[in-house]
Amino acid sequence: MNGKVIKFSGFKIKQANVSIYATIILFTILFAIGSVSYDNFFTPQVFANLFIDNAYLIVVAVGETFAILTGGIDLSVGAMIAFVSMISADLLRKGVNPVLVIIFVLLVGIIFGTVQGYLIQKFKLHPWIVTLAGMFFARGSSYLISINSITIENEAFTNISSLRIPIGGGSHISVNVVVSLIIVGVAMYILKYTKFGRTIYAIGGNENSAMLMGLPVAKTKILVYTFSGFCSSLGGLLFTIYTLSGYGLHCNGMEMDAIAACVIGGVLLTGGIGSAIGPMFGVLTTGVIQSLIMFQGTLNSWWTKIAVGMLLFIFIALQRIIVIRNEKRKTVISEGKVSS
Amino acid sequence: MEKTKYENIFLKFYSMAIFWPLMCLITIILINFILNPGFLKIEMKDGHLFGSLIDILNRAAPLILISLGMTIVIAVQGIDISVGSVIAISACVSATVIVSNGPVILAIGAGLFAGLLCGMWNGFLVAYIGVQPMVGTLILYIVGRGIAQLITDGKILTFTNKSFIFLGTGYLLIPIPVYIAIAIILIMYFIIRKTSLGLFIEAIGVNREASRFSGINARKVIFSLYAICGLLAGLAGLIICSNIKSADANNAGQWLELDAILSVVIGGTSMSGGRFYLGGTVVGALFIQSLTTTIYSIGVPPEVTLVVKALVVITVVLIQSPIFRKMLNTSSITRNYKLKKVAKL
Amino acid sequence: MSDSNIVLDMKGICKTFPGVIALSAVDFQLKKGEIHTLMGENGAGKSTLIKVLTGVYQIDDGKIILDGKEIRITSTGAAQKHGISTVYQEVNLCPNLTVAENIYIGREPMKRGAIDWDTINKNAKKLLEDRLNLKIDVKKLLSSYSVAIQQLVAIARAVDISRGILILDEPTSSLDINEVKELFKAMRKLKDEGMSIVFVTHFLDQVYQISDRITVLRNGKFIGTYEAENLSRMDLISKMVGKEFNNIENTHKKSREASFKEIEGDFVKTHKLGKRGTIEPFDIDIKPGEILGFAGLLGSGRTETAKVIFGIDKSDHGTISIRGKEYSYIYPLKAIQEGFGFCPEDRKVEGIIGELSIRENIILALQSSMGILKYLPMKKQQEISEKYVQLLKIVTPSIERRIDNLSGGNQQKVILARWLATNPQLLILDEPTRGIDVGAKSEIMKLVMNLASEGMTIIFISSELQEMVRCCDRVLILRDRVIISELVGEEIQEKAIMKTIADGGISYGEN
Repeated sequence: MNGKVIKFSGFKIKQANVSIYATIILFTILFAIGSVSYDNFFTPQVFANLFIDNAYLIVVAVGETFAILTGGIDLSVGAMIAFVSMISADLLRKGVNPVLVIIFVLLVGIIFGTVQGYLIQKFKLHPWIVTLAGMFFARGSSYLISINSITIENEAFTNISSLRIPIGGGSHISVNVVVSLIIVGVAMYILKYTKFGRTIYAIGGNENSAMLMGLPVAKTKILVYTFSGFCSSLGGLLFTIYTLSGYGLHCNGMEMDAIAACVIGGVLLTGGIGSAIGPMFGVLTTGVIQSLIMFQGTLNSWWTKIAVGMLLFIFIALQRIIVIRNEKRKTVISEGKVSS
Repeated sequence: MEKTKYENIFLKFYSMAIFWPLMCLITIILINFILNPGFLKIEMKDGHLFGSLIDILNRAAPLILISLGMTIVIAVQGIDISVGSVIAISACVSATVIVSNGPVILAIGAGLFAGLLCGMWNGFLVAYIGVQPMVGTLILYIVGRGIAQLITDGKILTFTNKSFIFLGTGYLLIPIPVYIAIAIILIMYFIIRKTSLGLFIEAIGVNREASRFSGINARKVIFSLYAICGLLAGLAGLIICSNIKSADANNAGQWLELDAILSVVIGGTSMSGGRFYLGGTVVGALFIQSLTTTIYSIGVPPEVTLVVKALVVITVVLIQSPIFRKMLNTSSITRNYKLKKVAKL
Repeated sequence: MSDSNIVLDMKGICKTFPGVIALSAVDFQLKKGEIHTLMGENGAGKSTLIKVLTGVYQIDDGKIILDGKEIRITSTGAAQKHGISTVYQEVNLCPNLTVAENIYIGREPMKRGAIDWDTINKNAKKLLEDRLNLKIDVKKLLSSYSVAIQQLVAIARAVDISRGILILDEPTSSLDINEVKELFKAMRKLKDEGMSIVFVTHFLDQVYQISDRITVLRNGKFIGTYEAENLSRMDLISKMVGKEFNNIENTHKKSREASFKEIEGDFVKTHKLGKRGTIEPFDIDIKPGEILGFAGLLGSGRTETAKVIFGIDKSDHGTISIRGKEYSYIYPLKAIQEGFGFCPEDRKVEGIIGELSIRENIILALQSSMGILKYLPMKKQQEISEKYVQLLKIVTPSIERRIDNLSGGNQQKVILARWLATNPQLLILDEPTRGIDVGAKSEIMKLVMNLASEGMTIIFISSELQEMVRCCDRVLILRDRVIISELVGEEIQEKAIMKTIADGGISYGEN
């Protein structure tokens, strides 16, 4: 990654995009392996299923990306999904209007995220401990509603859940997929074309410089957690529609899947580098690994965890090596004393 | 006004770091006592002691072990979120040995070794490759349970080997795990406070650069701390699996890493590293365990303890935050000032 | 000097911090289209004056008049609003953004509600070419360019925001000779276009190559503003250091009893030892028992040389041999075990371990040389600590007090005690008397002489030339990261040191 611009049939590949292409290539290779090894793998529906099954994770990963880009992290996302599923299931069985439920749940996510962001920014607390506490809080609160799972029978939800949108080639997608793709598109726009988005990158690159340049650092740092909270509650809604149940144990440990998807998607955990579309491919990659293992039939599903973990390690090690190489390349800043 | 001898002793006690964690622990025990007068009763049955207090000590043993490991890692500005997964790995390794009729010594050794290996892996990532502690231990957190399942081939192993089970369920007046915990506390105290290791840990945690100037090899020290943390998690895994006579890769040690962090924080060690308090951590772990017991005895679903723990964590880190303390101070000063003004009228 | 030419007029600026008067009635005038360099040694107030202009600090007293109108600079944002732009020593940009974006972030041109990248890229390219003669691909990440280019990008941003005043705070610290030439070319172009530049540096040669006028500060006071072509190097140094060259008398150097230890072979010898970007390769032969001084202006490389000898900075060139054993590099623990000690200048970052007690701070280096297993018994620790508290007259009710509760001077003494406790054979003292009151200063100097007379070898770094002259047997003179000369015995006089620093030099392009 020397800042070289590679021309490929007139198509310039920027250095910043190399990692996204790496993820896409990885995904393609894995999908190809599957297609070659198993019958019925190389069908549009298998590809579409990757989206259907993981739409909620894509939305959550996008929200997580915003937090990680500023150098922070959000560990509460999995618990939020469970919390949201419980709230929706409980309200729906009490006969509340589904539209109101949706609005309420999204508000909960926004408020939850903002509170976390405020604690992190105002009191300079570590993001991972605040969001870890947030995780406890959300999961515990799910159980306050009920320790058992609640099945959703509300018509509106069941209709949305079973709706299939044909996309040609005999395959179909669900409403969740459309929502997730919209969120990815919105996030990409925010990150590339709004001042808010660019400030996020600046903070991740060098927070001190960002402040000296007069950027609204404090406000932005809080807002990324608001956005992450919104995405985790939206993801929770999608998950609830997908499973049609509310349960406190939903998505146990899923925040790590979201973070892994971000890392595999090229988001640097120290902040400043990443995109909204990379994590989407990261989710697809972990999804395809899961499909491969499922198709294999004999291997247990926990092999997915190991494979994902190894991928994560490789990507983290690579990130670290690149950072070290970049630091060595820079001219040594003088270690002389700062003048008084 | 001359202070009496007793006031002096109290003042000295008050300024010790262990004062507040101890107060929290006493408070929760009192609450339990009020709700259930039989709480403090200890009776002798079949040659062992029984009672709620003994129960708490017994259940807290594994938590104490991993919290001690967590303390020294946090002291050097690190963290280890993989301890729960390491417990699962160690439990599954030793259970596998037992189920294949291997010698108990081998089972214990293998479990400990597995924990040590995991700790060294974490230490290597953090100290030598320079990965952020949160990120580095994240890998084992995700992969650990997968590896544990690999070892048990996806099954939950159960066994009945009497000698091995003795570790977790045996009694010698008080439960064996309590002895183990006490032994580890003493060993940790010795290697940390009776050698210069404790001093080096605190120096590195406060000012790594100045420590370097003084000749301390921070990398080696940090690596060993993670290794010790892993070893202790391995031991905790042995106790847990022998206690429930089974090894479940999915559930062994779940949420324990969070309890460990909580114990450390309540015990007085700051999340930003530096001075650490092994005694405070032990008290903190006992507090967490008592808290769990209290909530359970009230009849509330145990998962609700999560909400309480969340609020406790936030409160403690807020108090540790200088910005928050300044906010409190300025507001109480203004309040006092207003009171004085009113009094003058 | 017509008044209409003065864009910035600072009169009687005062700034105090707890215990320190940083600026006392300082005047500073900046003319339109000039490059005006601010000079001064440590504690002179250079940095404070700059921070007052950039809005980091607020003045306690005085007036700031900008373009004829009096203004108040209340924050960094306010400074920028007044059109005062600053480029700091560390490139304060974001390495993960493109060059163009770094120039425009926070004030991006918008089109239909979205950031207009085309305009940003076009304008950035034009700005760099027109005003700085810099032709680079503005769409590449900032981090893909050298620090020198990054600095120019930072200057471009500052220039675009500025309304005539540009402050460059030590921009050349990490640039090599060619890069500095390019920077000066750009600065001259800006000056020709009417930009008024305040330039801060401690490299003597650069000052003369680029400045129109020079202002000297010393100990927070304004010494004077001079036309660069009328101020000789000697005069400049005199004013910075506070000694009128002609008024200095030669000190009679008492010959120290020959206490040079006789040992076989060499004690410590370096052969082309160096570290790229920090200190040029040097050869030193340290004689056992001598007091060796490193003299030079701020930033000349004295501390860096010492750090490479001690191993805290890993050398990447040459070797160091200790009592005959040769090493291509050493590290602090090895140095300590070989009998080295290093009392650093920046005690806050490299010295004190704030939350730990005085006792723990004192025995730390000694303990680390003994390893982890051999823990000093508490009694011995107390003994050693009490001994040095007495010896150095450290003011504290108890050795268990946290070290960050002590005054700066006492903290310095504790750090000194830390190294004395290791009984070193070679002790490096980097500004050991900085921040210590006059009485304590002479105590420490007497102690240093005593240690030397008992056979300890000392490397002594100080900006107080008188101290150096009084106690050193040999003085190495450094300038701009190179050891340029050596003075021995009777040669060591303040005049001689100052003259050596002033002479010689490197060219940075046409003036």
